[in-house]
Amino acid sequence: MKISSLATLDKWRDELRAAVKFDIKIMVCSGTSCISSESDLIFGLLKQKIDDHQLEHQIALVPTGCQRLCGQGPMITIEPGNITYFRVKVEDVEELFNEHILNGRVLYRLLYVDPKSGESIQDFAKMDFYRKQQRVALRNCGEIDPKSIDDYIRRDGYKALGNCISVLSPKEVVEIVKASGLRGRGGGGFPTGVKWEMTAKSRGNEKYLICNADEGDPGAFMDRSIIEGDPHSLVEAMTIAGYATGANSGIVYIRAEYASSIPPLKKAIEDAKANGFLGNNIFDSDFSFDISIKLGAGAFVCGEETALIHSMEGNRGEPTKKPPFPSESGFRGKPTTVNNVETLVNTPPIIINGAKWFRTFGTEKSPGTKVFALAGNIRNIGLVEVPMGTTFREVIFDIGGGHPLGKKIKAVQIGGPSGGVITEAFFDTPIEYDTLTKIGAMMGSGGMIVMDEDTDMVKIAKFYLEFTQDESCGKCTPCRIGTKRMFEILDRLVKMEGSPADLERLETLGKAIKTTSLCGLGQSAPNPVLSTMKYFREEYEGYAYRTKKIAYSINGEKCIGCTKCARVCPVQCIQGALRDVHFIDESKCIACGACYKACPVNAIVKP
Amino acid sequence: MKLIEKMVSCTINGIHVNVEKGTTILQAAKKIGIHIPTLCHLDLHDIGIVNKSANCRVCVVEDENKNALVPSCSEVVRDGMKIQTDSLKAVMGRRTSLELLLSNHPRDCLTCVKNLDCELQALAHEMNIREIHYKGEKMSHPIDNTSFAIIKDSNKCIMCRRCVTMCNEVQTVGVLNPLKRGFDVVVATAFHLDLNDTSCTYCGQCVSVCPTGALAERNHSSMVWRALNDPTKHVVVQIAPAVRVAIGEEFGYEPGEVSTGKIVASLKRMGFDQVFDTNFGADLTIIEEATEFVHRLENNGRLPMLTSCCPAWVQFIEHQFPELLDVPSTCQSPHIMVGSLIKTYYAEKNKIEPKDIVSVSVMPCVAKKAEVSREELTHNDLSDVDYVITTRELSRMIKEAAIDFKQLKDQNFDELLGESTGAATIFGATGGVVEAATRTAYEMITGKELKEVNFKQFRGLQGIREAEVQIGDKTLRVGIAHELGNARKLLEEIRDGKSHFDIIEIMACPGGCIGGGGQPYHHGDINILKKRAQALYDLDEKMEKRKSHENEMVVKLYEDFLGQPGNHKAHELLHTFYSAKPRI
Repeated sequence: MKISSLATLDKWRDELRAAVKFDIKIMVCSGTSCISSESDLIFGLLKQKIDDHQLEHQIALVPTGCQRLCGQGPMITIEPGNITYFRVKVEDVEELFNEHILNGRVLYRLLYVDPKSGESIQDFAKMDFYRKQQRVALRNCGEIDPKSIDDYIRRDGYKALGNCISVLSPKEVVEIVKASGLRGRGGGGFPTGVKWEMTAKSRGNEKYLICNADEGDPGAFMDRSIIEGDPHSLVEAMTIAGYATGANSGIVYIRAEYASSIPPLKKAIEDAKANGFLGNNIFDSDFSFDISIKLGAGAFVCGEETALIHSMEGNRGEPTKKPPFPSESGFRGKPTTVNNVETLVNTPPIIINGAKWFRTFGTEKSPGTKVFALAGNIRNIGLVEVPMGTTFREVIFDIGGGHPLGKKIKAVQIGGPSGGVITEAFFDTPIEYDTLTKIGAMMGSGGMIVMDEDTDMVKIAKFYLEFTQDESCGKCTPCRIGTKRMFEILDRLVKMEGSPADLERLETLGKAIKTTSLCGLGQSAPNPVLSTMKYFREEYEGYAYRTKKIAYSINGEKCIGCTKCARVCPVQCIQGALRDVHFIDESKCIACGACYKACPVNAIVKP
Repeated sequence: MKLIEKMVSCTINGIHVNVEKGTTILQAAKKIGIHIPTLCHLDLHDIGIVNKSANCRVCVVEDENKNALVPSCSEVVRDGMKIQTDSLKAVMGRRTSLELLLSNHPRDCLTCVKNLDCELQALAHEMNIREIHYKGEKMSHPIDNTSFAIIKDSNKCIMCRRCVTMCNEVQTVGVLNPLKRGFDVVVATAFHLDLNDTSCTYCGQCVSVCPTGALAERNHSSMVWRALNDPTKHVVVQIAPAVRVAIGEEFGYEPGEVSTGKIVASLKRMGFDQVFDTNFGADLTIIEEATEFVHRLENNGRLPMLTSCCPAWVQFIEHQFPELLDVPSTCQSPHIMVGSLIKTYYAEKNKIEPKDIVSVSVMPCVAKKAEVSREELTHNDLSDVDYVITTRELSRMIKEAAIDFKQLKDQNFDELLGESTGAATIFGATGGVVEAATRTAYEMITGKELKEVNFKQFRGLQGIREAEVQIGDKTLRVGIAHELGNARKLLEEIRDGKSHFDIIEIMACPGGCIGGGGQPYHHGDINILKKRAQALYDLDEKMEKRKSHENEMVVKLYEDFLGQPGNHKAHELLHTFYSAKPRI
């Protein structure tokens, strides 16, 4: 069926809404994280149960995208009542089905227990984790079947596109997006409307719209979750962007590792084509647009737009100097807009609800919301979407639930390997583009790693640098050799082979790399080191002056003399007879932590 | 457009400067006498060679409106820009980039092939680097010495990508490209194949632009010394036209200084038994090539005919256009002709056993090192030429032999294969071969004397040139290309049946042999190439005989030894064949 007008779209939507209503809707999270905990098997078992009881007309079983509290998965939400079960196991299915579905009783043991009150919460909307979130980009994620265009249409899918094409001129679309103040969610925060306008004004009939889905920050999974959970919103948004910028061809550059994101996206493109949302003369207009998928080989630098374009052209994924900007000369030398996934999916609601509505979220300079992938030493690991301007404290403690064991939270790493650390002193800073830049961090794509008091910041910096120096394309000198040298200095330090002079060297080199590198990857690579050096200098000094205690020790009161630690020690520095208290020769200890893991009574004390 | 609209202005170190739109900061600074160090930058835009990849980060300067430094080599001046080239931030950035490069470099300068000719070394000196603050792992790549012509030591590579630009954009051969990521990145062949197994033409343009010793010619001077010191060997040498106008640069002369007599004198001092001139071979080539061309022209043979003096070009067509192997002339290159005559004609005349002769060619070319190992260029199991040394290698040997080049008195070539005409001299510049061929073909076809021998329409540095020459009632359509990327365009036309030329001259190197891969390094100065070419044309102008068929010793060669041009004996000794060599 080809949808040719807004009226036919509305009609279709109304028909879908009026169609058979189910008594019960079971939504099984089929995000990557939940699938890795067997939610696909759980889905299969539930389906079997429904079939066995011949309840397929009463019960809708929906595999949804990410339901966001990934650390507590697999999650199953059941309507009516919005009752969400967490950490559901395959062996729970029988009881869950019998109790909740057949007997209508809530299965309390699988509910979320509020850490503050100790009470079980039935309705997920009442959980702190969800209560403080505001969903724009993730509006459909976790609530619809990503493979069903009907589900998307039911929720006003493709209405924004219809509005754009039937009612608005491309220029008006650009003006609305400009007025909304939407900024690029991929890191830099460049105003999206301005970017669109630049491409729209560039000369030439052949233009391209590229969706950057090369999400590469370690620990980030925002874009992946959107594509997996709500692929049609991306298809619609890209088509809108194509209309606004004058492009007839859209390409999604997605890393091949995102194997589970590609099939839903392909399906969405096919279904959109079948219904006339893609292809020739969309909504019976002169506008034609098509979307293809280009798989990337998974290089971090290919998230940089010029490198991404070179990679798409079949060349080595390396950045080139800007200007020229892609909006003037991009893919195949033609005017090209590059937007990331999250940025794009914000646009359909902006078109439907208006720029003013969008500005009701967030701050003056950073309107709207931002999705973060919350991870690390935090209770509620998962995907959160909050209005810009929310403070770190709210995200970490209210939404994130603080440390799982109640330990002190020392810092948050934001912006992935290109970002910096935020210390507790800045936890009340509102999260928006410009305040983050001011305190030496950056928004980045939205990875947020929480670190507790036990975290060794030097090692954290070393981890990120190992990543960037490995992912450097090797084109310019400072990034290719400089990050390697920084990594070597850090390696020396943590091996207690460094010197105070190394600290100065590290700082000078870091600053030079920031100013001399060719692209954003190099220019931001030293950030994790420089920001941890700024706020946790004493940790660096502990290594540089070799005053840091690195050896493990044994608490004599707890030790039962089982000899397990002595047997696993790779350098044989643990002495003690069977059933006697053991001792660690601290001069020999290499701090590998093997004894710590082996001890059955927690008698080993970390340095 | 009004002039004012074409101009932009900025201040550099507080000095106001007006420049045309599109001017880089580097060019603008140069205009007001501010020197900014560069390393990866290479700009020979007259001949289409530009490497502005901005990756060494040595030329960075401070733009007051930006946090990050900008690369002056590629950043274009915008109106109102305020640039500081000497601020602490800019200088520190620049020095750090250089120190980082040096921290990953073998620094074996004393014994490096590029010692005192290395741009990295010169830059370290210029920027007064006396200590390298960063230490750590260095690259460790195996040295590729599989090729007869080029040695690649990636451990000395600074990733300037000049070679990549030459190999891909200028020559369109595409053998050298960066592989891997991060610190492990290396310019290499696909799958790390040996150079010999790739479609490398050995043109040596990668060598001629490499700022360090990462790419160099295979050194054959020790073999030549050994031959010279072997009393049982009769060692004969010849020198190519382009060598005589370039080698002076190695001894402090201006580019374009003609040092033919001094070269002959130094070769005699070094102990060569006979010193011949490749120009003799060039004249001979013209006789054979013009005969072949006239034959093709008059018998509806394959046209256009392509010249075949350039071995890199021959290699290129064998790799890339195997379906067009009937197009090039079958003539050997001039030095191979001389080489083959040394071991036959000269040997016979002087009653020397050919196997006792060691034949050496001094060439501006790296590809000729590979050419002499081609099986078809042997007679009676003896290579026509045994060793090829480049202009650079000869200059080093002269220094090594403690010869005071400047003090030498000019000497003449030995007689038998030493005479030449002006036509042969201009072989060293792009367009020269076809000009020489036209001079002879004209008289061959019309039987009339050619009065005006200068065909200025064939000269210049434009990548592809075309001209028409009236020969009797025939209009000869001539095409000329230098650099293989330009050659490719003409070859594609031929392949697609769209070519309208009768004869095409192709040289692989920019400017022809004067810009050969074995010449003294031009370090990005286009004027050096221009002066060398001019010197060749000046030499031609001064010669009494300017047509190859007027070379009396060549005439004598045909009378005494070969018989008629293009006959069986000439074919056996002076012609060759080509075979398809498809490669990656």
